[in-house]
Amino acid sequence: MAAPILEVDALSMRFGGLKAVDEVSFTAHAGDITAVIGPNGAGKTTVFNCITGFYRPTSGRLRLHRDGRATELQKLQGHDIARAGIARTFQNIRLFPGMTALENLLVAQHRPLMRASGFAIGAILGLSGYPAAERAAIARATRWLEATGLIERADDPAGALPYGQQRRLEIARAMCTSPLLLCLDEPAAGLNPRESVDLARLLRAIRDGEAAEGEPPCSLLLIEHDMGVVMGISDRVVVLDHGKKIADGTPAEVRADPRVIAAYLGEGDEDEVPAEAAP
Amino acid sequence: MAYALQQLINGVALGMIYGLIAVGYTMVYGIIGMINFAHGDIFMVGAFVALITIVLLLSGGIMEGPGAIMLVLLVSMCVTALYGWTVERVAYRPLRGSFRLAPLISAIGMSIVLQNYVQVAQGARVKPLEPIVPGGFTVMTEGTFVVQVSWMQLVIVLVTLAVLAVFTWLVTRTALGRSMRACEQDRRMAQLLGINTDRVISITFVIGAALASVAGMMYLLRYGVIDFYIGFLAGVKAFTAAVLGGIGSLPGAVLGGLLIGLIETFWSAYFSVAYKDVATFAILAIVLIFMPTGLLGRAEVEKV
Repeated sequence: MAAPILEVDALSMRFGGLKAVDEVSFTAHAGDITAVIGPNGAGKTTVFNCITGFYRPTSGRLRLHRDGRATELQKLQGHDIARAGIARTFQNIRLFPGMTALENLLVAQHRPLMRASGFAIGAILGLSGYPAAERAAIARATRWLEATGLIERADDPAGALPYGQQRRLEIARAMCTSPLLLCLDEPAAGLNPRESVDLARLLRAIRDGEAAEGEPPCSLLLIEHDMGVVMGISDRVVVLDHGKKIADGTPAEVRADPRVIAAYLGEGDEDEVPAEAAP
Repeated sequence: MAYALQQLINGVALGMIYGLIAVGYTMVYGIIGMINFAHGDIFMVGAFVALITIVLLLSGGIMEGPGAIMLVLLVSMCVTALYGWTVERVAYRPLRGSFRLAPLISAIGMSIVLQNYVQVAQGARVKPLEPIVPGGFTVMTEGTFVVQVSWMQLVIVLVTLAVLAVFTWLVTRTALGRSMRACEQDRRMAQLLGINTDRVISITFVIGAALASVAGMMYLLRYGVIDFYIGFLAGVKAFTAAVLGGIGSLPGAVLGGLLIGLIETFWSAYFSVAYKDVATFAILAIVLIFMPTGLLGRAEVEKV
């Protein structure tokens, strides 16, 4: 089995009296697409928000492995999480709507650019390798625009793109930060079946490092409701219900797990049955 | 006709100074949504730093030619930028994430601190300065009225345009500008892309202070007298300019500054000097009634 890339160890998140995530542990392996699924309110997005630094976990550890060294994500803040190698997209897309598609991708590459421009001082003085770095960044952004089929829209404001294109642009932007682990929050939400198929192909290509030229393989972690997408592309599936992990395995294993079937069909869960029909 | 032309020239020169200060207000507002009330006093500090540098150069006997003016400009920009950085670091950053009014109150406090600091350090009396760039040229003569452009006015307009051009290029064309715009649109998201937003905010204050110091130096050279209190009225006028142009909009700030400068000059020329500030603020009120987001501002969409 491949080396672990992210180890979630006994992660708990409490909001007042509510335990949204309760001692969840799982491991995402390098080169895998790991999916986190579960009914609504299972705690999937909370797990995501802990990994990406939106929430500080109540307890537990999140270890990201890079070149044999482990980074404890729960100790990092803000921009350091992205710099450690985590990138994410949102269920409700968060592009910079007033900037063009290309600029959105350049913002994601601002670190090498800022260094090349000597934090803008060099750029003002016309020194340093800034123009070359800017050209390289544009070339890379262009490759991602091609990979996501957005090259025609490069100079349009991101906010003016149709929904499906905004989703792909958000993925491209996350990839431009050169992450180790790309976290996708319901990437197929609101897509039509055709777009879902394209998305699955794109995600597999990202995993294998074939999405765009010169891009290394990237591990993926995703939350998804669309079972077709999940079962089709995931190497590993983690199932949550009521904040607890109830299953963890290959798609085939998970599908056959009685606890998963119970959680999804709502066995013994009167919420799913109209009140009058209840015995 | 000639009289009006002269007022136009005076108004543009004054408006440029307001515009430079207004850019600082609008930039800070755009990025962290607060009004930096200490910005007018940063302008005042810039004027004092320029004055001290000029006096030093004069006593050294090397206050000659455009090179010396550039040197004063550079020193003033660097020292004032340091003040801007310190103000943000000391008074605003610790309050980030606090309730909305906290940094505003802190800003008012900072404004009082800077005024009193300069008053104690430099004395309360008005500081005069001999004209550094005397003379000018005549544009036209109509009867006995001579339309003049002083070299100083020309310097103000040219320096302001050059500074604004560099600044515009910085914001629209460089990685730093992109990071600034990204922070403006969605600070949390910018952070998730690895942008050190605290640093971007610091740089915003540094740039704003540097621009204000240019304005301070131009004010000093144009009027030749400064005191510790000039930051208040200039700050209020520049803030008005930023609101008039549409707060958050950079071209709006320059446009607003020019309009305020022109309104003030023309009102003084044709009506009464005593009521020029009343006129300025009355026009602000009227514009805001009909265009609440200012001339070039976009409607604020509440971020969810």
